[in-house]
Amino acid sequence: MVSVWTQLEPHLADVEKPARYIGLELGAQRPEHRPGRVSWLLTYPDTYEIGLPNQGLQILYEILNERDDAVAERAYAPWGDLEAVMRRERIPLFSVDTHRAAGDFDVLAFNLSAELTYTNLLNCIDLAGIPVRAADRRPEQPLIAAGGHCTYNPEPLADFLDFVVVGDGEEVVSEITAVLAGWKASGGTEGSRRGMLRELSRVEGVYVPSMYEVDYEGPAIRAIRPRYPDVPERVEKRTIADLAAWPYPRNQLVPLTEVVHDRLNVEVFRGCTRGCRFCQAGMITRPVRERPAEQVRTMVSEGLRRTGYDEVALTSLSTADFSGIESVVQGIVDDPSTCGQVSVSLPSLRVDAFTVGIAAQIQKARRTGLTFAPEAGTWRMRQIINKLIREEDLYGAVTSAFSQGWRRVKLYFLTGLPSETDEDTLGIYELARNCVEIGRSYTKGVSVKASVGGFVPKPFTPFQWFGQNTVEELYRKIGLLRDATRRSKGLQLTWHDPRATLAEGLASRGDRRLGPVIEQVWRRGGTFQEWSEHFRLELWLEAMADHGLDLDWYAYRHRTETEVLPWDHISAGLHKDFLWQDWQDALAEVGLPDCRWTPCYDCGACTGYGIEHVVASAVAPAGGSQGTGQDLSTGHLPGTSVPVELRSFRKPVGASS
Amino acid sequence: MRFSKQGKIRFTSHRDVARIWERALRRAELPIAYTEGYSPRPKLSFGLALSTGYESHGEYLDVALRDPLGDAELDELPRRLAPALPEGIEVQAVVALPAGAVSLQQAVTSCTWHIEVGAALPSAVAHAMADALAAPELVVTRQRKGRSVTDDVRPAILDAEVLGGTTIEAELATQPRGLRPAEFLAAVDPTWRAGRVTRIKQWTQVGGARREVIDLPPAATPPPHAEVRAS
Repeated sequence: MVSVWTQLEPHLADVEKPARYIGLELGAQRPEHRPGRVSWLLTYPDTYEIGLPNQGLQILYEILNERDDAVAERAYAPWGDLEAVMRRERIPLFSVDTHRAAGDFDVLAFNLSAELTYTNLLNCIDLAGIPVRAADRRPEQPLIAAGGHCTYNPEPLADFLDFVVVGDGEEVVSEITAVLAGWKASGGTEGSRRGMLRELSRVEGVYVPSMYEVDYEGPAIRAIRPRYPDVPERVEKRTIADLAAWPYPRNQLVPLTEVVHDRLNVEVFRGCTRGCRFCQAGMITRPVRERPAEQVRTMVSEGLRRTGYDEVALTSLSTADFSGIESVVQGIVDDPSTCGQVSVSLPSLRVDAFTVGIAAQIQKARRTGLTFAPEAGTWRMRQIINKLIREEDLYGAVTSAFSQGWRRVKLYFLTGLPSETDEDTLGIYELARNCVEIGRSYTKGVSVKASVGGFVPKPFTPFQWFGQNTVEELYRKIGLLRDATRRSKGLQLTWHDPRATLAEGLASRGDRRLGPVIEQVWRRGGTFQEWSEHFRLELWLEAMADHGLDLDWYAYRHRTETEVLPWDHISAGLHKDFLWQDWQDALAEVGLPDCRWTPCYDCGACTGYGIEHVVASAVAPAGGSQGTGQDLSTGHLPGTSVPVELRSFRKPVGASS
Repeated sequence: MRFSKQGKIRFTSHRDVARIWERALRRAELPIAYTEGYSPRPKLSFGLALSTGYESHGEYLDVALRDPLGDAELDELPRRLAPALPEGIEVQAVVALPAGAVSLQQAVTSCTWHIEVGAALPSAVAHAMADALAAPELVVTRQRKGRSVTDDVRPAILDAEVLGGTTIEAELATQPRGLRPAEFLAAVDPTWRAGRVTRIKQWTQVGGARREVIDLPPAATPPPHAEVRAS
């Protein structure tokens, strides 16, 4: 076993946060490597603080280690200071579980959640001692794989990845393991490596870039063709039908040191049917698959007991939509074994589903922050993006929050959306300021933080044809908001760097010709591009220019209905003509209801896979909208008494129940 | 409680250790007392912070409980906590303090350290140590409250001896002005850099005599329930 610990240890006292590199977390495993076992190094291409909590990585870590034919360990990108030491001392990338050298694994599998981590991916491959280009690798070197949301357009990384997993990984990793085990057993030679990759390309959900060829006509793509007849023309994503069959993570990792999202995270459902047009996550993870409420309760109570965390987050794309959410939250807060010390966090709430009832439940224990995502500043804009929330819904939600004692609320917005006018942009300020006013009527010290990001059109959304706003345009809009919020007490404005928005846009809808650009940005020191202190747009612009690629073509241009998109050979189950029609509806300012509760409009996701929405309860959640027949302004179900009584009690700290 | 911190876990910070303890105590289902107010926190208080990267044979932590534990439960505590603690942190001894008692670790007056000098020859270490101890004063410049101050740190070196090779055993005062191992090395020889550093003992003055905050007997297994020392 090649452990780098003895080489590494003497240098750890000299680097920042050495605890990033020692492992030892609760839940960490030290699996036994054996010749018959396929070894996976699951790698998050960013720092430990960002990568450790990643649920997808933890789920696969457990599933693979439960199998007899596989082992899995974890790795994260070393920070610059340790990287310098590693290069100088020839210490390769290593697993934090056993400090095993990366080159000792059969597969390095990267989680790609953000496009600006692509240069880190290359850096990690290089630190592992592996050639960054797939074509240069030898059969005894590890395979390089990727999973996560960015895999829906993996083309910019086509030259570097041996295979890609599209969709849910739970089932497919076992199938991939079986193919790799067979190949290893047969001797694993060069000629057979190509054959093995070809066999992998036939596993549903696995995309092998080297099995496809792209034809260009000038800047446009003419065709993306499989090289062999047995390679699928389109790669279909994998979707697990029943989340209840995958109660992972069973043993969530509890770090020894600070990380983001540092609490128990329980996924309550996967998928989303709200149909917000800007949201790639919602589009590609359809259909909805809820975890049974009882299983959520068990995972929460067992998880809290096991980990010693005092905060639990119920995660999903829109948790307040989880049918039965109120009773689940109530169960957690009222659980006698936690003595009222557990706080519940519901990330990224939809305002129309966040009711007084939920607020009353959550505030009983220690408060976490509240975040809502109205996304757009005017009703017209919200119809265009299909996030059909009325102003009254937002004000109702913040009223619930402030009246139940919250003092700080965060609001997420996008700017640079299709057909946005200055009136729409300034609507962001209006909404946020009104929220401050509402808060002020309850308590003086309220603060509302409006966080504004530049919109990047993503593959497999109706907006994938939209040319994104230029950097100048985004700066101008942020300038409008800065001027408006300048003298507004209690209102704070933050925004995402518009230059990073451009780079993200290039990687997000790029084709294979972006590969050399990404490589050059990496070679010239452009790692950790997700970090504002390290992001350098000039590296990207230079690389684009050096390779004769046009910013306008990749970022700013509106695509046409008939052109071949770089990801047309991948499938998220959505019919392309559904997306185009939804794009046209957007431009006509027409909304589309939530298909969980209203008739199906055949986007293709369910019909294509023979799956239906799995919901825990047949009753629509309170406060919903979009065709549920509810009164959007009050959030009450028809037939219930009005108004809902505000229960404001706090369990005395330390009291036995 | 007295606990050790050794091995890879030495690379966690003092704040990390506080968080580790909070979760471990919860996992072990100990009835910890919490503070009142908007954001209740468990009532834990730690002794002198240990720098990231250093090991220790004895760190101290006070835990306030809602309900007192009986003698048998106190004896059980190290075994009960062991599965809840990460590798490298071990409870060595537990002492019950009466409610309202001043924590003994507040009164730590000095610490004994084992300090390895990195990249130095044993003879050089021995010479430099002898010179330093013979010197009437050892002046160093340190940062205090954002300003540079010069201090004579010789009085803070209560004892120092080279243990062989390049390891120094030094007793350094923590009051009135503490001297840290890195500062100690710099005072003896500014070119020296610390290798492995281990806190061996934390001393307090009780009735005119020097005692550890919680003694461990020389035997391998610590007493599960040590007597409270009279102050």
